[in-house]
Amino acid sequence: MNEEIIIAGFGGQGVLSMGMTLAYSGMVEDKEVVWMPSYGPEMRGGTANCTVILSDKKVSSPIINQFDTAIILNQPSMDKFESAVKPGGVLMYETNNIINQPTRTDISIFSIPANMESVKLQNKKIMNMVMLGAFLSARHVIPLKSIIEALKKVLPERHHHLIPLNEQALTRGMELHKVAANSEGRS
Amino acid sequence: MSQKHLMKGNEALAEAAIRAGMKGYFGYPITPQSELLEYLSVHLNNRGGSFVQAESEIAAINMVYGAAGIGERAMTSTSSPGFSLMQECISYIACAELPCLLVNIVRGGPGLGTIQPSQGDYFQAVKGGGHGDYKLIVLAPNSVQEMADFVYLGFDLADKYRNPVLILSDGALGQMMEAVKFPDYDIEAHKVDKSEWATTGNATGTHKVITSLYIKTEKMEEVNLKLQAKYREIQEKEVRYETVETEDADLVIVAFGLSARVAHKAVDICREQGMKVGLLRPKTLFPFPKDQIKSLAEQVDQMLVVEMNAGQMLEDVQLNVSGKIPVEFYGRMGGLIPTPDEIVNKIKSMYEQYNPMEVTHV
Repeated sequence: MNEEIIIAGFGGQGVLSMGMTLAYSGMVEDKEVVWMPSYGPEMRGGTANCTVILSDKKVSSPIINQFDTAIILNQPSMDKFESAVKPGGVLMYETNNIINQPTRTDISIFSIPANMESVKLQNKKIMNMVMLGAFLSARHVIPLKSIIEALKKVLPERHHHLIPLNEQALTRGMELHKVAANSEGRS
Repeated sequence: MSQKHLMKGNEALAEAAIRAGMKGYFGYPITPQSELLEYLSVHLNNRGGSFVQAESEIAAINMVYGAAGIGERAMTSTSSPGFSLMQECISYIACAELPCLLVNIVRGGPGLGTIQPSQGDYFQAVKGGGHGDYKLIVLAPNSVQEMADFVYLGFDLADKYRNPVLILSDGALGQMMEAVKFPDYDIEAHKVDKSEWATTGNATGTHKVITSLYIKTEKMEEVNLKLQAKYREIQEKEVRYETVETEDADLVIVAFGLSARVAHKAVDICREQGMKVGLLRPKTLFPFPKDQIKSLAEQVDQMLVVEMNAGQMLEDVQLNVSGKIPVEFYGRMGGLIPTPDEIVNKIKSMYEQYNPMEVTHV
């Protein structure tokens, strides 16, 4: 197993922490992991992205230009990364944040209404976990229980009471992926 | 070995320094190494050391000079422009033969440059950024694990040779997270007797002086000869490197640090496509793996040096290849990182242009 993922959106959408949770869960699963953030003066309010690599083998390059999965949370990131998904790969995007739909036909594309779902869960900060849940359902590289395990490490103690909410968001994300897959005729 | 931690390179390096028995850290914040300073500001004072944020890089390195002079493990860290500021005192420390650990998390230059990763400080690191005939031992990690491991190695080599050791890393290795294990390291077992020279007070009645000022020319030359003998010994004994698939290679990439990670992926892609490509990665930039370059030049048809600069280590590779085979270069500058595809394309063009007949008839 070697899964190369790009997560991209605006600063503040939880891009980096989603990646960190995923990387940590990979370590829980005893996989080789890399978390590589974009860093720079553009981070606050600007675009933010991170690469996560999960692998059974030692990871050579943390710098990659082609991805198995792209998780896209805004239009500039869609413009930048749609073409970087490997043929046969997965592109999932947050429905409300995308104006121009992706056009590729050689990859699986899923529109996940994660923002709307986070409003229903009464915490907009949980949007990233809905997206992460959708990823878990689409790629099956990490089980949900390892994500929960990772959250215990990533979240500071004072936020541990939010773990059940996170779990709910992850589960809803998994369901939303199935709905999106069915409506597209894909699984 | 203990459990795995998911950490940034900067944090792993800082944690390793505490575990290696560092007693004094002196630094000044600069992106992209500030996490290192931050981590130590939180943890070092609680774990037996002293953290000092100096008023400038110049002050920080002079504080290291003082702390190293009393025989304790001392360290500073910075990024490129800050490292330039430190050069005068680094030359003093090298001349006074004091062990200490320096860290440069390199960013794009020249000038104030950019905060993105670069390897543009290679010349400064290995050729001596300061004045006079001195050398640093230069270690080049290529993973978060090595960011930690080279701290222990660095302090040990510094103590063994009474020489400043530099960890030359870059912004990406500092910022990225990977799993890291900290080895069991017995500080006491690694302690070196420094009582002969450390200025810890005059209780024994022996007068000890740490200086880099030798007015008499004969004495100054004597000091130089001693330093050069030490550097020769280091060149003989401390070369460290890694090879990937070089045994049957006809083209070898030479790269260090982050570039070597990207080059490794390029090797994998080339091998899948049937090209016999290998990789030589120097872990020590001084001492440089000269003999390994020389023997590879006898074996392979071509070499490619990949760096995040305009071609600096390239000159050391060319020097040791001595014109025996073609040496090409691929690099990115200004904070950009070469991608595996870019390197593979370069290699393909090298195979296309390579004409063994021409070389044979020269």
